[in-house]
Amino acid sequence: MLTREQAAGIFDRIRRFSSADEVEAIFTSSRFALTRFANNTIHQNVEEENSVVSIRTNFAGQTARANANQFDDESLRRAVAASENLARVQAPDPDLLPMPTTEEENSGEASACEGARAIRFFEHTAGITPVDRAEVVKRIVSVADKHQLTTAGIYSTSESREGIFNSRGLADWHHQTLAEVSVTMLAPDSSGWQKSNSPDVRNLDPERLAETAAQKAVESAHPREIAPGKYTVILEPAAVLDIVGFMFWDFSGVAILDLRSFLNDRIGTQLFGRNINIGDDYAHPLQAGSPFDGEGVRRRRVQLVENGVVKRVVYARSTAQKMRKSKYAATVGPIEATGHGFPLPNEVGEMPMNIVFGAPERAQDVTEMIASTERGVLVTRLWYIREVDPYEKIVTGMTRDGTFLVENGKVKSGLRNFRFNQSLVSMLSNVEAMSIPVRASGEESFDMVVPAMKVREFNFTEATKF
Amino acid sequence: MKSVAQLALDAAFRRGVTYADARLVAIRNRSLSTKSGRVGHTSESESLGIGVRVIADGAWGFAASADLSRASVEAASARAVEVAKASARVKREEVRLAPEPVAVAEWTTPYEIDPFTRSAQQNLDLLLKIDAELRAVAGVTLAETGMNFQREESWFLSSEGSDIHQTKYSTGAGYTAYAFAGSEIQKRSYPNSFGGQWQNRGYELIEEMKLVESARRVAEEAVALHHAEQCPEGTATIILDGSQLGLQIHESVGHPIELDRVLGMEANFAGTSFLTLDKLRNLRYGSELVNVVADARQEHGPGLGTFAYDDEGVAAQSTPIITRGLFTGYLSSRETAHTIGAARSGGTLRAECWNRLPMIRMTNVSILPGETPLSLEQLIASTDDGIYMETNKSWSIDDKRYNFQFGCEIAWEIKNGKRVRMLKNPSYSGITTEFWNSMDAICSREEWTLWGTPNCGKGQPQQVVGTGHGASPARFRNIRVGSAYKGS
Repeated sequence: MLTREQAAGIFDRIRRFSSADEVEAIFTSSRFALTRFANNTIHQNVEEENSVVSIRTNFAGQTARANANQFDDESLRRAVAASENLARVQAPDPDLLPMPTTEEENSGEASACEGARAIRFFEHTAGITPVDRAEVVKRIVSVADKHQLTTAGIYSTSESREGIFNSRGLADWHHQTLAEVSVTMLAPDSSGWQKSNSPDVRNLDPERLAETAAQKAVESAHPREIAPGKYTVILEPAAVLDIVGFMFWDFSGVAILDLRSFLNDRIGTQLFGRNINIGDDYAHPLQAGSPFDGEGVRRRRVQLVENGVVKRVVYARSTAQKMRKSKYAATVGPIEATGHGFPLPNEVGEMPMNIVFGAPERAQDVTEMIASTERGVLVTRLWYIREVDPYEKIVTGMTRDGTFLVENGKVKSGLRNFRFNQSLVSMLSNVEAMSIPVRASGEESFDMVVPAMKVREFNFTEATKF
Repeated sequence: MKSVAQLALDAAFRRGVTYADARLVAIRNRSLSTKSGRVGHTSESESLGIGVRVIADGAWGFAASADLSRASVEAASARAVEVAKASARVKREEVRLAPEPVAVAEWTTPYEIDPFTRSAQQNLDLLLKIDAELRAVAGVTLAETGMNFQREESWFLSSEGSDIHQTKYSTGAGYTAYAFAGSEIQKRSYPNSFGGQWQNRGYELIEEMKLVESARRVAEEAVALHHAEQCPEGTATIILDGSQLGLQIHESVGHPIELDRVLGMEANFAGTSFLTLDKLRNLRYGSELVNVVADARQEHGPGLGTFAYDDEGVAAQSTPIITRGLFTGYLSSRETAHTIGAARSGGTLRAECWNRLPMIRMTNVSILPGETPLSLEQLIASTDDGIYMETNKSWSIDDKRYNFQFGCEIAWEIKNGKRVRMLKNPSYSGITTEFWNSMDAICSREEWTLWGTPNCGKGQPQQVVGTGHGASPARFRNIRVGSAYKGS
C-alpha cells in the first residue's frame, strides 16, 4: 500500500507533467480481504491490494478528472493528459472555484472532537489473517450446527489509506481499518440475520451475532400470514438505517438548487415529529471514514434536523457560493461549505454521510417497545428499498430475515414477509419510541448511528409467499 | 501480458494447487455528463491488474494485485494459495469442476466506430445540444444527459491450457428531463431510465439512437405529467414497453435462475430463489407465449452480456430458460453444473474487473418475440380496457424473487383500442409466476430491442456488471396496479 510519503512523491511527478493552472490528486490505497461462507462451508475467499490516483486539472473555469492505478511516468503522463484534454474542451464554468488552500480546509467551526483526529486505524484489525477469518467462520458454523440451521455470511477485514494533495499546498491523509461480520441463519421456512462492523475488530462479537441470528430463525419458523395494512412496527436499527438512508441525498445544497429535493420549500418547517433530531458528525466515536471531503475540506458537524424541523443542508464550496446568490438563500438556513462535497467535477454536489440520530429524552430498548405494544410487527431488516415518489419520499421494499407478530406485549410468531410503501415524512412523524442510537449496518444504505424505532401506522401493502 | 499470467500460474503450482487460472485485465473508461446547460462530470479511467484463482486442498482461494512486477505477481499467487488452504479449514466437500475443452482464442466485440476515436469535444457538443432541446420546453426544471464508453481487454490463462484474449467494447448514453411544480417531481427519460441504452458496440450506437430528435417530446411529456390523472388503484390489463419488460425479466427471471442463488451461496446478501432444483422442467413459469433464453453469443445481439468466453474460459452458449412457459434451465458454472446433472457449465461466470472473483451472472436473458406479426400499435388496438406503461422509475423484489413492484415514468389509459389519456405515477405489482402466466400477447421481432442494464449488483464484495435483456412490448391480464401510492 502507498505511504503518505510515496503519494507525495507521485504528486510531485504529476505536477511536473501537468501544464494546468492547478492540479489535485486523490489517492486511495487499500488491502481488502473477505471470507464468504454458505451452506456451512467457506465457498469464496478473496484478498485484494490496489492503489488508485485520481487526478484533477483546472484551467480557468475548466476542470476534469482522470484515474490510474499504475504509477510509472508513462501511466501518470497519460492520466494527466487525459484530464487536461477533457478539461480544455469545456466552456469555462463561472462557478468553478480555485482549489482550496490548507487555511481554507481548516476554517470553520470545529467538529465534536474540537478538531482532533479520530483514531480509526487498529493494528489488531490490520493483522487479521486468512486463518483467523476461517476460525471465526468455524465458530459461526458451530452455532448453526448446534441449532440445526444452515448459515451464510461474510467476515471481512480491510486497511485503507486516503490522501489528497493539491498544487495550492493542501495535503491531508487518513488511515483506517474496518472489520465486518454478517450472518444469516436459515431454517426450512424461516431465517434470521445480524451484521456489525467497526474499525476495531475487538468490538465485534461474531458468535453473539450468530446466536442472535439463529434465535430469530428458530423463533420465526412456520410463519403466519396476516393481512397487509397499517401496523405499529418496531424497526430494529438496521431496518431504520436502510429506510431513512434514502432521504439524505436530499440534504444537499445542489439538490435544493436542482429542485429535486423533498426539502424544497420545506426547510424551517415542522416536517417530522418533535422527537426527531439528526446530525452529521464525522468525529462521533461510533462513526468511521475520513475527516476531509472530495476537495480536501475538513468535515464539520452539522445539525440537520432539530426537534423535527429541518434546519439546514450540507454544502460543498461551490454549492455554498451558488446558494448565497440564489433566490433560495433566505429560506435554507445557514449557508457555508461544510466539508461534504464529492470529488469534482460532479453533478450531485454533496451529501451528509456520517449521520447520527439524537438520543430520545426517554430511551426504550426493543424489549420495552415490544412490551408496550398491543398488536404490531417486529422487523429485523428491510430489503430492496427503492424510491417511489421523490417529493413525498415514498419508498417501497420488503421485510426480510426475521419478521414477527407482536401481540399483547409479546412476540407471538414469525410472519410472512411484507411489502411496504411508506412515506418517510409520515414515518418520522409517527415515531412513538426510540432506543439509544447505535452504530448500525445494513445493505441498502451507508452505516449510521441510529436508534431502533417504534412507529405507528406503518404501511404494508402486500405480503409475499414466505 | 500472457507471460505475466503464466508467471502467476507457475507460482501457484509450485505451492501445490490442483487448479489455477489467472485473468489479467486492462480497462479504459470515459464518462461524461451535462446538467442544465453545463458540463457535469468528465473523467477518463484506466485500471490494470491480475486476479489469480486457485483450488488447493479442495477449496477456493483468490488474490488480486495491481502491481504486475514478478515479485508482486508471485506474491499474489502465494496469497491465493494461503487463502485456499484457510478455506479448506471449513469445508464439507471438495470443489468439483465440470470438464471443459481447452480453448485458445482471440475475440473482439464487432464494432463500426471505436468510441475512443470520437473526441470528448464531439461527445460534449452532442450532450449539450440534447440538453438545450430539453430545456427549451417550459416547465423543465432540470436536464441531465450522460455518455459512457468502455474498452476491456483481458488475457485468461488456466492450468488446463486455455489461453483466451478478448477485447470488449461497450457504449451507453441517455438523458432525463425533470419538472418540479407544486408538490410533485415528475421526470421522463430516453431511451431508457438510469443511464439510457447500453450495448456492446461502438459509437455507432450513439448515432442510431435519435437522441436529439427525441428530446423535445420527452421533455414535453415530463411537464405534461403534472396535468395527468393519477394511475388508478385496482386490477387491470397492462401493456409494458420493451425497456420495462427487460427489467421485469432481469428481476423476476434473470436473478432467480442463478444457480448459486438457488444453492444458497448468495443467501446472506442477494438472497435465495423460489426456483428450487425440483422445479426444473416441472414448473409452469409462464403462459405458452413465454420463451426466454440466456444467450451470450454474438448472434443473439450486441448485449452487455455478449462475449466469446466467460471468465473461467467456457465458450458462450444459449440456454433455454423458459420454453413455451415451462421452466427449462438455470445459469450455471463449472463448479455448479453437476448439481443439475449438466455435463458442462452454461458459461455464465463473470467478474466486474481483475480484482474480483468471477461468479454466476446473467448474460443476455431475453424473452423471444412473438412469432405472429404484431406491432405495439396493433397490440394497443386489440385491447379494450387497459393501461400502457413506459420506462422504469422504481423496482423492488423480495429476496426469493416472488413478490415484485415496479413503478414507471408514464402511462396511458387504453379504452376501446385507443390511448385516451395520460396517467402519472403508474405502478404494478404481483407474484412472479402468476405474472408471467398472465401474459397473453407479445409483439413480434420488429418491436424487439436488446436493452442493456449496466448496473446489476451482486456478490460480497459487491460487483457491478452489465447484463442484456431483449424484449418487445407485451400484454398481461388481471394485474394489480397503483398500490405503490395506496395509503402511503
